[in-house]
Amino acid sequence: MSSHFKTLQSKHTGYRIIVILLAAIALVGYGAAHYMELEGHWVTGMNNQVVWGLPHVFAIFLILAASGALNVASISSVFGRSVYKPWSRLSALLAVCLLVGGLIILVLDLGRPERLIVAMTHYNFKSIFAWNIFLYTGFILVVAGYLWTMFERGMNQHSSKVGIFAFAWRFVLTSGTGSIFGFLVARQFYDAAMMVPMFIVLSLVLGTAIFILLSQLLAHWSQQPVLPELLERLVSLLAIFIVLELFLVTVFHFTNLYATEHHGIERFILIDGGMYTFIFWAGQVFLGGVVPAALVFLSTWGRSPQGIKLVAILAIFGAMAQLYVTIIGGQAYPLVLFPGKEVSSTFYDGVVAQYSPSLPELLLGVGGVALAVLLVILATRILPFMPDDRVSRSVS
Amino acid sequence: MNLSSESKQPAKQPDGQRRRLLAGVAGAVSLGSVGGGFSLIELALAKSEDETISSLNRWGLLIDTAKCASGCDACVKGCSTEHNLDGFDRPETDAQWIRKLEVTDRQTGHVSSLPMLCQHCEDPPCVDVCPTGASFRREDGIVLVDKHICIGCRYCVMACPYKARSFVHESLHNQKSYSPRGKGTVESCTLCVHRIDDDRTPACVESCNRDGNGAMVFGDLNDADSQIAQTMRDTPSRQIREDLGLNTGVRYQNL
Repeated sequence: MSSHFKTLQSKHTGYRIIVILLAAIALVGYGAAHYMELEGHWVTGMNNQVVWGLPHVFAIFLILAASGALNVASISSVFGRSVYKPWSRLSALLAVCLLVGGLIILVLDLGRPERLIVAMTHYNFKSIFAWNIFLYTGFILVVAGYLWTMFERGMNQHSSKVGIFAFAWRFVLTSGTGSIFGFLVARQFYDAAMMVPMFIVLSLVLGTAIFILLSQLLAHWSQQPVLPELLERLVSLLAIFIVLELFLVTVFHFTNLYATEHHGIERFILIDGGMYTFIFWAGQVFLGGVVPAALVFLSTWGRSPQGIKLVAILAIFGAMAQLYVTIIGGQAYPLVLFPGKEVSSTFYDGVVAQYSPSLPELLLGVGGVALAVLLVILATRILPFMPDDRVSRSVS
Repeated sequence: MNLSSESKQPAKQPDGQRRRLLAGVAGAVSLGSVGGGFSLIELALAKSEDETISSLNRWGLLIDTAKCASGCDACVKGCSTEHNLDGFDRPETDAQWIRKLEVTDRQTGHVSSLPMLCQHCEDPPCVDVCPTGASFRREDGIVLVDKHICIGCRYCVMACPYKARSFVHESLHNQKSYSPRGKGTVESCTLCVHRIDDDRTPACVESCNRDGNGAMVFGDLNDADSQIAQTMRDTPSRQIREDLGLNTGVRYQNL
């Protein structure tokens, strides 16, 4: 199928309102980060027990989504499915913009964000963070190259090869993100290689869900509806990813439950962790997992235009819940210094850490998401990322 | 910086001048990055000029929990005074380089009291995960943070099995020139490296001996003649989280 592309030229009032709103949210997010930097992190909900808070949840959310958003382009280039091809440019654009949004949150949440140049010039190659700096910047370059092969007619022939390379790169990237937690030997909830496949599949869930929603929004503005056939395929894929993630989460917890040393953290997450237990069962498992999967597999409404949107929203909600439980819940559970013994101190040893997300953290996180979406919208206005079905149809 | 050896070793003076010049240049470059404008490089050079920091030494602590009394916090006070760790009365975010732990055996009810601080591991997880190399281990086993290249990512706080690291959550004042600290960076026990390089014992050990129960011994684990090495050879001691295989420089007796 021959594909043609166009820029987004919307005169919708809704379009303008959303662009202005996104820019305002992104600016407020930056202001919040500036406030945190000036005052110090004591104005946030973070403390010496929970050192990574809501900004990390949002940052990892976007980084995972970035990797997964490349799905559509990968399916087109790597697996040769032509129905996805008209949307491959937008898919790659989303991947870059979501990653930029996530990285900006990460950098602005540093204790010394002005020292970003230090992180670019001093490397400890044993650190997974240092690997990730290369994996993230490399991903942007690889996907930029991939986009070049899609845009430049003379380079089209290389698109498939570069697509395979980008496909491989994103798996390594998500493995790197999962390894941030997977290799933390000190913490009961993190020291597990299962974190890597869990993060990879979570990225597929998030990227697909975000693509479904954003592509429909942009398609609406450009008066170019996404083909129902494509949406149905995507939502089926999304449901498969959701079930796969549920399976991996089940295996993760069962593996932990087998080892007595992990009974404490498992009891905390699954039974008596209060808010974390609630978010796990109600958010991650039920609303974000079982419900969307059931909607797709057990009802026809789940594949209707409205149903597809709801499934995507629920999937995003579930992924957010999973990241919150993993990142915050995993830190809230106290370090086990003396297995089998009770510990107390003035430094909150042996007790569940308190953490309430603060407004600046929330604004920074939401600001990063707004920036990512804003970048996507602005880029589609400048370059022809959107498919032009009318031309494609007349040509074919 | 200890330059007292200059008078004893006049022949070394040109070398000393070069070192001071290097330290001066490095200090000037880093001026303003940390608190009062002093440099961590001064700390690294704090040893007398004709002695280098060597892996022949392995500085460590031996803590006898049988002597360490519940309710005694002489070591904590000593550390706090030495490094000016007075907080902001916000216990969740205030830094703690050393703290007292009460450990109760669930089965027997036996209670032990002990100080917990950076364990100065031979293979420190904090050093492994630090992206910029700001967390580092000196040749003599002391684990430190270079405040000039710490970006405040807090990955080391996540990785430390001992909860020994604190993130500086707000602006600090009245810092000690030998103990640089800075908002937005991570810090932990330095084993009073400035004292060690001056052939003195860490403040916590001094306070424990003076105001506490003499439960802490400081010394060179590699020096077979040192009190710490001899005691550890003759009586059993253990590491906390031995299962992690980190070979800590801080060991405990009667635990």
